[in-house]
Amino acid sequence: MPPIIQIQDLHKSFGDNAVLKGINLDIEEGTTLVVLGGSGSGKTVLMKHMIGLLKPDRGRVLVEGQDIVPLDGEELARVRKKFGMVFQAAALFDSMTVYENVAFPLREHAKLKESEIREKVKEKLAIVGLRNVESKYPADLSGGMRKRVGLARAIILDPKIVLYDEPTTGLDPITTDYVDEMILDAKRELGVTSVVISHDIASAFKVADRIAFLSQGHIVEQGPPEQLRRSEEPAVKAFLSTWFGKQ
Amino acid sequence: MATDAEKSPEAAPDEPNTFVEGVENVGRGVINSISSFGGMATLAWEILRWSVRPPYRLQNLFAQLDFVGVGSIFIVCLTGTFTGMVFAQQSSRAFELFGAESLVGPTVALTITRELAPVFTALMVTMRAGSAMCTELGTMRVTEQVDALETMAVSPVQYLLVPRVLAGLIMVPMLTMLFDTSGMVGGFFVSVTLKGMSAGTWLARTQTWLDPEDIFEGLIKAAVFGFAVSLISCYRGFNASGGAKGVGKATTEAMVGSALAIFILDYFVGVILH
Ligand SMILES: Nc1ncnc2c1ncn2[C@@H]1O[C@H](COP(=O)(O)OP(=O)(O)OP(=O)(O)O)[C@@H](O)[C@H]1O
Ligand SMILES: [Mg+2]
Repeated sequence: MPPIIQIQDLHKSFGDNAVLKGINLDIEEGTTLVVLGGSGSGKTVLMKHMIGLLKPDRGRVLVEGQDIVPLDGEELARVRKKFGMVFQAAALFDSMTVYENVAFPLREHAKLKESEIREKVKEKLAIVGLRNVESKYPADLSGGMRKRVGLARAIILDPKIVLYDEPTTGLDPITTDYVDEMILDAKRELGVTSVVISHDIASAFKVADRIAFLSQGHIVEQGPPEQLRRSEEPAVKAFLSTWFGKQ
Repeated sequence: MATDAEKSPEAAPDEPNTFVEGVENVGRGVINSISSFGGMATLAWEILRWSVRPPYRLQNLFAQLDFVGVGSIFIVCLTGTFTGMVFAQQSSRAFELFGAESLVGPTVALTITRELAPVFTALMVTMRAGSAMCTELGTMRVTEQVDALETMAVSPVQYLLVPRVLAGLIMVPMLTMLFDTSGMVGGFFVSVTLKGMSAGTWLARTQTWLDPEDIFEGLIKAAVFGFAVSLISCYRGFNASGGAKGVGKATTEAMVGSALAIFILDYFVGVILH
């Protein structure tokens, strides 16, 4: 089976700031890829290309074999229904309650009765460890709670592919562990493909089947976690030594 | 916008190139307005296309109709009444000189229905609803809520912009009728109660002079203004970038652009209708 997401020779600049300079990356169905890299290395930009929020200057992005770069409107929307995305800053709709936020994709894309919607929302909020927040507005939540509401919203339609932009940054260690388990469960039980951007090396090594390391606009190393750990690439070594050095 | 061309005083002394810079600034301003005009035209077309496509989100539309329309009733009535009163006051002083006080009613009625009601109503809606539309959309843009909508396979144009622009298009004419009514009530009150004119004459004269076409012309203008100001406010907010500061800048541009659009369109719609 071909990889579910294939990125080929992807280039992207903002003005004269060349962020991605020829990215090649394959993501196999039902696996978890973690993208590591320093702050500002272009991880978020790379992820936004996978779901068509940004258009590359050059290169292709194939989702289940279909190049999504030239798509827009209806066709792009059809591809996007396969995805759930967790934004780095949650991006909750601040005019809606938590309940309405999580229910939003259901109301838009699934014909369900209100009681079924209520059931599902409750279930997903429980998965991310939230209770009794349904009637609150995002502004009344802590950053970590907002992030978890964003997680619940991303998985409410049980998408095939979930993109997590730093799902655990700002969460306490117990909740972090909880989210890691959730990503692993989704893979084991539902065969979900996950792409996770992370700064947390422990989480990364726990959930990843493969890790890709982004630096200076290139993927300088990619492979299973053990391979990364043995990497001779200076940027990777420096990044990992901050954590493994202490072990 | 025009202030771009003004030079700050400290740059003036030993700068031989102020003229060139001034020209450059004006040029940049012109290019900016042309490119945003193009952007707005494209957006208007998008909004038109999405407005006729299902799903029709009536709830969103009603929320905007309520916000733009119902929420503006009070200030529109207030400005309408006082505009009518001021106009009656001033014109009766002028007409007294010729002993033609009986023309006060028609003057008030014609000026209000054809000019003042649509222009003032659109200005009030711009200040109250346009600014809110722009900041709300701008905030949604810079906090990635617009991107989030897109990733959930929902068109932000359809979900966010269509109801707002439709609300402007529908509610500004409605509010203009309210302005017409309250303006004439204000004018009547000043003329009859304070200036002691005969109520019968005032009404009869007004009825003779005021044609349905005058009211209709005002309403056409109102619809054009309503569409334009909500489109401009939405466009500026939707394309905001650069955090809170960017949203502030977008809102300023939306307010200035909308006000200018009202006065410019007022002239051209008037010319086209005659
Ligand atoms: N919309 C945009 N317009 C202009 N520049 C952008 C835009 N989005 C990202 N950039 C630039 O691209 C670079 C990479 O940004 P990106 O958000 O992908 O970093 P990141 O790896 O996700 O960092 P972090 O770990 O801090 O989230 C930065 O230099 C940023 O300034
Ligand atoms: Mg990022």
